[in-house]
Amino acid sequence: MRKYLWGGILLVVLVLGIAWWRGTGDRESGAAPPPATVASADPIERGRELVTLADCRSCHTARGGAPFAGGREIPTPFGTFYSPNITADARTGLGNWSANDFWHALHNGYSKDGTLLYPTFPYTNYTKISRSDSDAIFAYLRTITPVSQANRPHELAFPYNHRILLVAWRWLFFRPGVYEPQPGKSPEWNRGAYLVQGVGHCSACHESRNALGATRSEAGPSGGLVLNWYAPSLTSPRQAGVENWPVADIISLLKTGRVDTNSTKAAALGPMAEVVSESLQHAPDDELQAMATYLESLPVTHSNDENSESSVKYDIPRSILEAGKDLYTKNCADCHGKQGEGREPAAPPLAGNRAVLMSSAVNPIRMVLFGGYSPGTAGNPRPFGMPPYSLTLSDEQIAEILIYVRRSWGNSARPIRGEEVSSNRGNPLW
Amino acid sequence: MIRKRRNPLWASLAMALLIFGGARAQTPDSELDTLQQRVKPCTSCHGNEGRATREGYFPRIAGKPAGYLLNQLLNFREGRRHFPMMTYVAQYQTDDYLREIAAYFGSQQVPYPPPMPTRAAPAVLARGHQLVTEGDKTLDIPPCTACHGRRLLGVIPAVPGLLGVSQDYLTAQLGSWRSGVRAAAAPDCMGELVRRMRHEDLDAATTWLASQPVPEGQEPEDSFEHSPPLHCGSIEQGSRTP
Repeated sequence: MRKYLWGGILLVVLVLGIAWWRGTGDRESGAAPPPATVASADPIERGRELVTLADCRSCHTARGGAPFAGGREIPTPFGTFYSPNITADARTGLGNWSANDFWHALHNGYSKDGTLLYPTFPYTNYTKISRSDSDAIFAYLRTITPVSQANRPHELAFPYNHRILLVAWRWLFFRPGVYEPQPGKSPEWNRGAYLVQGVGHCSACHESRNALGATRSEAGPSGGLVLNWYAPSLTSPRQAGVENWPVADIISLLKTGRVDTNSTKAAALGPMAEVVSESLQHAPDDELQAMATYLESLPVTHSNDENSESSVKYDIPRSILEAGKDLYTKNCADCHGKQGEGREPAAPPLAGNRAVLMSSAVNPIRMVLFGGYSPGTAGNPRPFGMPPYSLTLSDEQIAEILIYVRRSWGNSARPIRGEEVSSNRGNPLW
Repeated sequence: MIRKRRNPLWASLAMALLIFGGARAQTPDSELDTLQQRVKPCTSCHGNEGRATREGYFPRIAGKPAGYLLNQLLNFREGRRHFPMMTYVAQYQTDDYLREIAAYFGSQQVPYPPPMPTRAAPAVLARGHQLVTEGDKTLDIPPCTACHGRRLLGVIPAVPGLLGVSQDYLTAQLGSWRSGVRAAAAPDCMGELVRRMRHEDLDAATTWLASQPVPEGQEPEDSFEHSPPLHCGSIEQGSRTP
């Protein structure tokens, strides 16, 4: 928390300096940039596809609530945001907005009345969306049944509840700009880059954020903590990089939430299960193909796992490994196998499984505590699930099991501490 | 088919990417390709075959009408009921899969344990018995048996039995209906009814229900004897077929 406090103080100082110098006047004109690609001719249909790819509905719909009427709680280190109503209701939604107003929100991060928007709304990604796509999205949103539901005010900690700080934040971290196709790359690659960086806003989760909540780089989604899960790096071969995957396998994972071929095996869980369930499984195949083409081409980066793990010698007491083995044999081996070899199709191997071996142990800890299912999709309609162990095993026991798993059968990830399990036990389920 | 591993790329994508596959285990893995294996996350808390235990908070799900169980899964998924672990497991599953899981537990016929001994005062039990079997006309409360079946074992497909669940569980459910935390598909007949009832009457009814043994070998009734006294959205939702 301390880093966020210092971040806040830094912002206050910056804002005073910058506000007079720069004001809030960096509105870009609404002139239409060239569209990223040619897509469906009917703007409403194209808008529907883009809204699906951007997964607008997930954040702008409360559980059990009217679609796009807002009210979903979005917890962050700065406080809790509540998504607004984006139906066409005149009083509580976007009913009085024009396509130009909408473009300013998406591209420049301003509301209709000039209010600066918090970047929880990922306009840092959406700024890459072309004007014609913005208009198509807006046209589609006009077709949603208008719902009268007043927006709930955000509940933010001081000083983040002062929107004026966003002037400084934007100066530091935000430059509006539509995606520029890269010459020398195929139209498919450029389409994929446009979708991954812009519409799909993958980096909003798959990238670490600094003390002021800004993603650290635009090009390399290198892993970040979000909603109490670790969104792995999309560029590291030790995490979720797909640089050697057949494109068909990447598409399969995005579309069905699971891939299980000779060379590649993976499944989506946690918040990614929502992305697959609500967005990607409904995306057109050529869009997924473009995203996969781009993702596969991302330059490899090396996350901290790589330096710290296998070369470091950990002194783990024999008694802990013995206890872990004993607990593993009783609780896990029936499905995951005595040697961590897994049993298809029900249980993945744990030997060599990079999801279990990342330096951030948040995901394996959560999986043992709470279990969970992959999303049910047309391609994987009856997923298997991991049972929760939060009720039957103590924090220490779970740590012992995970130490055993992370240090056996050729695995050499860092050991974890019981406190790491404790600090995840009370976290909400997503 | 022989599966050769070519330089396996241990891949994980997304939030927690788990990798499947690898060497063959001793027993055929195809034996795990069952619904029983798929519902392991359910049975961790609800017990093998969904039988639960008589003292736990987690309710028995074995042998409850499948439409009722489906309703609850949909209620958790869509925010009418609130229990984080249930919402977590149900939230991204399809109607068809949830229906299949509901049917699986609905078809489990396993014996009930005897009820916990009760220390309630005889007057409380008598009032509970009266409310459950006769209702209270002056308070406009129909008897539980009017909807939940003469034997209180439920009515197929969507009305649950009320016997064989702990008092803790019953009290928690009625209490959360009363406070608006739990709801059923509209119109929410149970919510309306619970809000009509006095606190001590809710307590008396659950005390008596939890003290009753479940008759051996008896199943939910096939249909209502008379049409239910209230209009229940849950009965329609749970009766829907794919």
